Amino acid sequence: MHCLWCNQQTIAETNWSTLLFLSRPASICKACEQKLEKLTGKRCARCSRMCEENVCADCRWWETHSKERDALTSNYSVFAYNEAIQDMVTKWKYRGDYCLGNIFKSHFHQAFKQHFHFLPKHTIAVPIPLSEERLLERGFNQAKMLADFIPLKQAETVARIHGEKQSKKTRKERLNTKNPFTITKKVNKPILLVDDIYTTGTTLRHAARLLKQNGCPDVYAFTLIRG
Amino acid sequence: MNPANTETIDMHAMQFAGKLLLRSEIPLDDDLFQQLVSSGYFKPFPAITRKFFQHQCTRCGNQDSSLFAKIPCSTCKKEHLYCRKCIEMGRVMECEALYQWTGPVPDWQTFENPCSWGGQLTDRQQLAADRIVQAIERKEKELLVWAVCGAGKTEMLFPGITEALKLGKRICLATPRADVVRELLPRFREAFGNVTIQGLYGGSEEKAGTAQMILATTHQLLRFQHAFDVQIIDEIDAFPFHADPSLPFAASRARNPDSTTIYLTATPRKKQRMQIASKKLEHIFVPTRFHGRPLPVPKLRMCFSLKKDLTNYVPPKVFIRWIQSRVNPKRQLLLFVPTIELAEKMRRELTKRLRDLGLLDEEKAITSVHASDPDRAEKVQQFRQKAIFMLLTTTILERGVTFPSVDVVVFDAGHVVFDEAALVQIAGRAGRSPDDPAGEVLFLHDGKTDAMVEAVKSIVAMNRRGGFR
Repeated sequence: MHCLWCNQQTIAETNWSTLLFLSRPASICKACEQKLEKLTGKRCARCSRMCEENVCADCRWWETHSKERDALTSNYSVFAYNEAIQDMVTKWKYRGDYCLGNIFKSHFHQAFKQHFHFLPKHTIAVPIPLSEERLLERGFNQAKMLADFIPLKQAETVARIHGEKQSKKTRKERLNTKNPFTITKKVNKPILLVDDIYTTGTTLRHAARLLKQNGCPDVYAFTLIRG
Repeated sequence: MNPANTETIDMHAMQFAGKLLLRSEIPLDDDLFQQLVSSGYFKPFPAITRKFFQHQCTRCGNQDSSLFAKIPCSTCKKEHLYCRKCIEMGRVMECEALYQWTGPVPDWQTFENPCSWGGQLTDRQQLAADRIVQAIERKEKELLVWAVCGAGKTEMLFPGITEALKLGKRICLATPRADVVRELLPRFREAFGNVTIQGLYGGSEEKAGTAQMILATTHQLLRFQHAFDVQIIDEIDAFPFHADPSLPFAASRARNPDSTTIYLTATPRKKQRMQIASKKLEHIFVPTRFHGRPLPVPKLRMCFSLKKDLTNYVPPKVFIRWIQSRVNPKRQLLLFVPTIELAEKMRRELTKRLRDLGLLDEEKAITSVHASDPDRAEKVQQFRQKAIFMLLTTTILERGVTFPSVDVVVFDAGHVVFDEAALVQIAGRAGRSPDDPAGEVLFLHDGKTDAMVEAVKSIVAMNRRGGFR
C-alpha cells in the first residue's frame, strides 16, 4: 500500500489486534494522518465551531438577522480547517485527484454513525450539487463522493445555477448572494445535506430554505471541514 | 472555410509547434479545432496507453500503478483511469487525447550577433566554452560539463548559445528549481537583448512557451515534444531530476532527434561517472573556480551528544567552541540542518545561547528558512545583503545560490538527506567571492558516514585536478 497523500509505502503494523481482527489498511500514512486536525471538545450546537458557549455568536446572528427561522437545524463538521487539509482539498477538488477523497472515507463514516444516529431511517442524503458547467470542468462532484461514504439513500432534489465560485468571494459577498439553487424534486422526508466545507453557512442555508419551502420537515447538514 | 490560410496556420504553428497538449490547453474554439484535426494539423495520441501489463501516461511516462486511479467521469459516463503523477499540470484522463502539432514547423530566426555580454572568461572557462560551441556545431548528441561549484557555469554557456542562435536553433535551458529560473531570466535577457526569451515555472506569468529561447523548470518540459535543437540541462544530479524518472523521460522527448544536449553538474552521480569512465559520455572538466582559488575542504568534527543536543534544539558544544575561534569572525554563517522542524525550533535556542555567551551582538539576527516558507526568497535576499547574520536552512539552499562571504556548518551531517552530492554542494557555498576566496566548512557528526568521507575525497580530488596540493 502507498499513502494516498505522500505516496510513501505504508507498512501495516503487526500486533494482536491487526492479527485477530484483520483491520482495514489505512489510506494514508501515520505522519500524514497526524496533520489532519479533528474537531473535538465543546462546540456550537448549530454550526459545529469549537467554542465555549452552546450557540456561537455567528449562529445567534443568523437567528436575529434572518426574517424567518433558521432553515438549517444543525451542522456537524469532522475536521478543522488547517493548511494540510486545505492542500489536500485543493488537490482533490480543483486539480481533480478523485481518489484523494478516500482519505476521508473512514472518518466521515465514523462521524456519521456517532453523531447522526438520531436521524430516522428514511432520511435522505442530498449532496450539494455543482452547476453543469462546473461538473464538466471537474469531472466529478466532491460532495457526491462524500455522500457515497454514508449509508443513506441519496436523491438529487436541487440543481445549481452557474455562478462565481464561493471560494473566490469575500465573506460579505457570500452572505449577500442570491439563492443559486432551484428545486427539481419535492421531498417530504427529513434531509441531510452533504458538502465538503462549511465556511459561512450561506450555501447550505440557501439549499435548506428552498427545501423547507417545498415541504421538507427538517434539514441537517454534514460537512467535512468547518472553515 | 478553408483553414489552410497560410497566415493563420503560421500563427498556430508558432503557438503549438513542439508541444504535446490536452484539448483544454489549446485555446481554439471547437469548430476550428476539429477542422485542424481532420486536415491533419493536429495529431491525437491516446493519453494513457497499456504497455504489457502496465499502464503508461503519455505525458509524463508514469508506469507506477499506485499513481493511477479510477474516476467516474462525468463527460463519458464511464469509470476509467487518470494519471495522478502529473496532475498538477492538469488531469490526463484515459478518455482524452494529447495533441501534437503536425503542421508546418516555424522557421526560427537566425541572429548575426545576438550576444551583448562583454565579460571575460578565464582560460579554463574558455576551454569549456569552446568545447560546447564545437558540440553544437557538430550536432553531437550529448556533452557533460563537469564544473566545480562556483566555476561560473552560466557564463560558459554564452558562446555556445550565441553559436546556436547564429544557426537559427531553438534553445531550452532546464533547471530543477524555479528560483534558478527567476535568477537567470534577467541575466539572459540582458545578454541576448534581441532574442525572445520566456521563463516557465509553476506559477510563472508567462505560460505560452512559444519563444525561441526557453528557460524552464524540468517539470515544464512535460508539455513539449520534439521542440528543441539545443537543450541544456542544469544540475542533472539534483533532486528531483535525479530521483524522478518522469523528468529524464520528458527531457528526452522535448528535444529534436538531431539535437545537442548539454548536461551541467558539479557533482556527477555514479551513473554518469561510470559512463565517463567507459567513454560512453563525452565530457569536459572545469577544475577551478573563476577566481582561481581551490575549493574549501570540509573539516569533520565529532560531537558525542549530537542526537541529544538536537532533540533539545541545543547547539552542540563543539560548534560553540568553533565559533569562538573562527579564522574570520566577520563572515556570515550558513547553517544546514536536516529537517524543517529543526530549522524552525533551533533558531530561538541558538540566539539565546549565543547572546548569553556574548558571541552575537544585539543587532545581529538569526533567521530560519525552508522549502515551504512563504518569505523564502525575501530571506535569502536579506542574507545576501547582510541584513541577517546567520541563516538556518534545510537543503533547499544547497545549490544554485551565491553568498559572497560565508562559513558553512552542517548539523548532523550523517543524516540521510545529506548524501555525497549534497555535501559537496554545501561545501561549495563557501569561498565564492574573489574578495574572500576562502571559507570554513564544518561537518558536525556523531559517526562518519560514507557520504561524508566520499564528499571530502572528491573535493580533494577535484582540487588536485585543478593543480592545487
